[in-house]
Amino acid sequence: MSAPTDTDLHAHGDEHGHGSRSSYLIGFALSAILTLIPFWLVMARPIADPVTIAVAVIVFAVAQILVHTVCFLHVNTSGEGGWTLLAYLFTAVLLVITIAGSLWIMYHLNTNMMPGMMETGQVSSTP
Amino acid sequence: MLTTTSGGGHDRNTFHLIEKEDHDGGHASPVLLGFWIYLMSDALLFAALFATFGVLSTSYAGGPTPREIFELPLVALNTAILLVSSITYGFGMLAMEKGQTKTVQLWLAITALLGMSFVGVELFEFSKLIAEGATPQRSGFLSGFFTLVGTHGLHVSVGILWIGIMLIQVGRYGLNTINKRRLLCLSMFWHFLDVIWIGVFTFVYLLGMLR
Amino acid sequence: MFDPKTIFGRLTWESFPVHEPILLTTFAVVALGGIAVLGLITRYRLWGYLWKEWFTTVDHKKIGIMYIILGVVMLLRGFSDAIMMRLQQAIAFGSNPGYLPPHHYDQIFTAHGTIMIFFVAIPLVSGVINFVMPLQIGARDVAFPYLNSLSFWLTAAGAGLVMASLFIGEFSTAGWLNYVPVANLQNSPGVGPDYYLWALQIAGVGTTLSAINMVTTIIKMRAPGMTMMKMPVFTWTALCSQALAIAIFPALTGAFALLMMDRYVGTNFFTNDLGGNPMMYWNLVWIWGHPEVYVLVLPVFGIYSEITSTFTGKRLFGYSSMVYATVVITILSYLVWLHHFFTMGSGASVNSFFGIATMVIAIPTGAKIFNWLFTMYRGSIRYELPMMWVVAFMLTFVVGGMTGVLLAVPPADFVLHNSLFLVAHFHNVIIGGVVFGLFAGIDYWFPKAFGYKLDRFWGKVHFWGWVIGYWVAWTPIYIVGLMGTTRRVNHFDDPSLQPWFVIAAIGAGIILIGILGFVIQLVVSFLRRDQLRVGNDPWDGRTLEWSTSSPPPAYNFAFTPVVHELDAWYDMKSRGYDHPTDHFRPIHMPRNTGTAIIQAGLAAVLGFAMVWYIWWLAVLAFVALVAVTIWHSFDYNRDYDIPADEVTRIEGEKRGYLVSEHLPPVVQNALGVRQPAPVEA
Repeated sequence: MSAPTDTDLHAHGDEHGHGSRSSYLIGFALSAILTLIPFWLVMARPIADPVTIAVAVIVFAVAQILVHTVCFLHVNTSGEGGWTLLAYLFTAVLLVITIAGSLWIMYHLNTNMMPGMMETGQVSSTP
Repeated sequence: MLTTTSGGGHDRNTFHLIEKEDHDGGHASPVLLGFWIYLMSDALLFAALFATFGVLSTSYAGGPTPREIFELPLVALNTAILLVSSITYGFGMLAMEKGQTKTVQLWLAITALLGMSFVGVELFEFSKLIAEGATPQRSGFLSGFFTLVGTHGLHVSVGILWIGIMLIQVGRYGLNTINKRRLLCLSMFWHFLDVIWIGVFTFVYLLGMLR
Repeated sequence: MFDPKTIFGRLTWESFPVHEPILLTTFAVVALGGIAVLGLITRYRLWGYLWKEWFTTVDHKKIGIMYIILGVVMLLRGFSDAIMMRLQQAIAFGSNPGYLPPHHYDQIFTAHGTIMIFFVAIPLVSGVINFVMPLQIGARDVAFPYLNSLSFWLTAAGAGLVMASLFIGEFSTAGWLNYVPVANLQNSPGVGPDYYLWALQIAGVGTTLSAINMVTTIIKMRAPGMTMMKMPVFTWTALCSQALAIAIFPALTGAFALLMMDRYVGTNFFTNDLGGNPMMYWNLVWIWGHPEVYVLVLPVFGIYSEITSTFTGKRLFGYSSMVYATVVITILSYLVWLHHFFTMGSGASVNSFFGIATMVIAIPTGAKIFNWLFTMYRGSIRYELPMMWVVAFMLTFVVGGMTGVLLAVPPADFVLHNSLFLVAHFHNVIIGGVVFGLFAGIDYWFPKAFGYKLDRFWGKVHFWGWVIGYWVAWTPIYIVGLMGTTRRVNHFDDPSLQPWFVIAAIGAGIILIGILGFVIQLVVSFLRRDQLRVGNDPWDGRTLEWSTSSPPPAYNFAFTPVVHELDAWYDMKSRGYDHPTDHFRPIHMPRNTGTAIIQAGLAAVLGFAMVWYIWWLAVLAFVALVAVTIWHSFDYNRDYDIPADEVTRIEGEKRGYLVSEHLPPVVQNALGVRQPAPVEA
């Protein structure tokens, strides 16, 4: 709103995350590994049990999201006085509630109300 | 834990800010936080789309299943393209910190080209599927697939358009404060899209192939 | 070549309701009234003034006032729907079909709910937050003034589309949430659900942007020294409410977008075959719908807190617990949504979880009630109009809360779901909570906004009309609901129910008296404004907005306040604060802009064109919208300085203006000001 000066970007208590060459390169390397492994697990199938692979793939995804968050988005505890991280965590919680809650509810609704829908080839039961 | 806007370190009998720079109330720019909060809302939009896809992920209606239509090598290629584009944008931001206008524009352009390749591959994939009869209308699963992946692709396309606009504005006005702020917002946007893509390739493609 | 279908899509002469006398009469009244208003504006040469001072403003105070005007106007429309329904239900028994056939009745209850939530409650709450919050935190405007303007105009565009559906085509018949399967293309191939979807998507963008704006403002733009725990309670509730709004509107946007895909592209998200799942629509909209009512009620709780402490002359009891209760409600509200469809069949384990969570959320709300009561205890209570609303709220709302806890028990809900008992419950909490609170807030802050108090006599007519009217209208509905009467029904077979509906209709009539009282109050107060004029602190307030003149100057504060305590203004008053009279500095302000209203207008055209399948117009409007947005981004010169001697002059007058210099004579007259004639260059 004010006549913009560069102090706006670096005012006290309001640092946004800064990247450095190393954070981008480390992030890239980690992300590449965390991508290659899941793809390999699914394409080459070194493990027989698909549920195990699924869990592993999800774990790698979460890990890579964290890598992106730290190395690319530069989220830390001090950005915007802590509000960046708080907003991020609040969103993450709501995202989990939305997806997990919806899957839980819809699974029960489908089981009870949609006879014939739960046939072979469908997803295995969710808790 | 959460810090205040600026220190309350005034003596108890000072009720007004009388400083040279009070013309903006002593506040730093709210743009970056505001844009971050918007991104959080966009994440929740994707949450709704992911949830819907999850619910419909096995509703094949007798039509094509994931294994019949997904080509993981193509997905792997697109994942690599997007990941590299995150780095190229990052290099652009490093150049921006150093005030190197031409370098910034170069990295922006490369990022845009990578983005366009990403969207191009996706459009190719979609057109192949549609030609085979795996249309968005065919089943709930395909509706969810096309909408989730398509919404992500739409966001990437908007990002590419935005990069184009930034190229013009940086070319015209240089790396002034407003442009730097905008480039920082675009940076958040671009990396955020790569984060969403992690969710897409994991939950749509990889898990789809496991069913 | 010029096939009418290409040019006009599916819009034909049949789209105009020339065979419906009720609509024709309404149209005649609206058209005549509209022509009268437009004529008066033209006659008094006010178009330039309106454009410069209101349509292009980015001032949060004026945007807040415009939101409230929109909300009040739409309240009249929504209430007309209510009166029509009450009338129909009072007479339509046995062989009497009433005067509203089912298809029309269905549109009326759909429009009533849609308008009341999206175009009355949301704008009124946004309006109050917009006007009050920046003043309370010692800021000069919100974080993003242009986006603020855009948010308002997008909301207005949505309202315009809903109003257009009255005279061109028809509205949805699927309830205020546009339920599938009724709203599926197969079952409702007409324009109704499309009007609904486009109006709400457009307005929804506005609401989301506004919420981001308010949250960023509260986080970033508080006066120095105002830590989080020294913010006024209303600001806390605004923060939590708007953070919740940011979180939930994407779910609604997603649900509506997917339904639009089904209707326009033929996808199968919510269809009954080819793998669609209509229940997922209900799931998504209620993920939005339940937190939404907390988005509405939390700021209103904040209003009650401010008013209670001001009119009892005491600090609010239990500030910290109020803050924690607000935060807890915010989080818990996201965990209860399934209670809106207990009966859809998710089973005992799911129902139990959400039932218990729903009951738990009553606890922090109860804590708030006790805090207000403890604030009042041993206080010297002044029963000005705002305080009267607080007492009415406490007596009315708790009953609604209790029926809510009753409904939270799944076995009870199996009997009461979609009965009139449910309808009575939510009107109880919305009217007793949100509506009473908004009226309280309007009575409380009106003097700050306009410089004169509202007339007390007509305010009491307004008050008693609503309070007595509410109880007379809705108690019978609880009763027939308990007896098993279903909602959304335009005719009943059982004549023994009729007396209850007649009483309810009388109650609606009493509320009508209240609403007329409100309108008269506004007019009479304006006419008597010189007798009702006030200074900066008519109520002996405790928060910073009362330190500014009434109305405040455009820049709010000549010097940014420095805060030391909670209830900052009270602290300043009790420690001998002195209003500065010189050494003013130039003040940086954002420029007005016409971009926002143009963008909203294009969005409305886009929505209308998409509703009627006028594809060429839709494409044109969309391209223009994108072009205007991009063009606006090339404007780097969005601020200006108010010179120091201008500030000195305004401060010296100890009186701000809603508008700037060189107003048309009729406006000068209305404001009671005398301005020098503009100097010819």
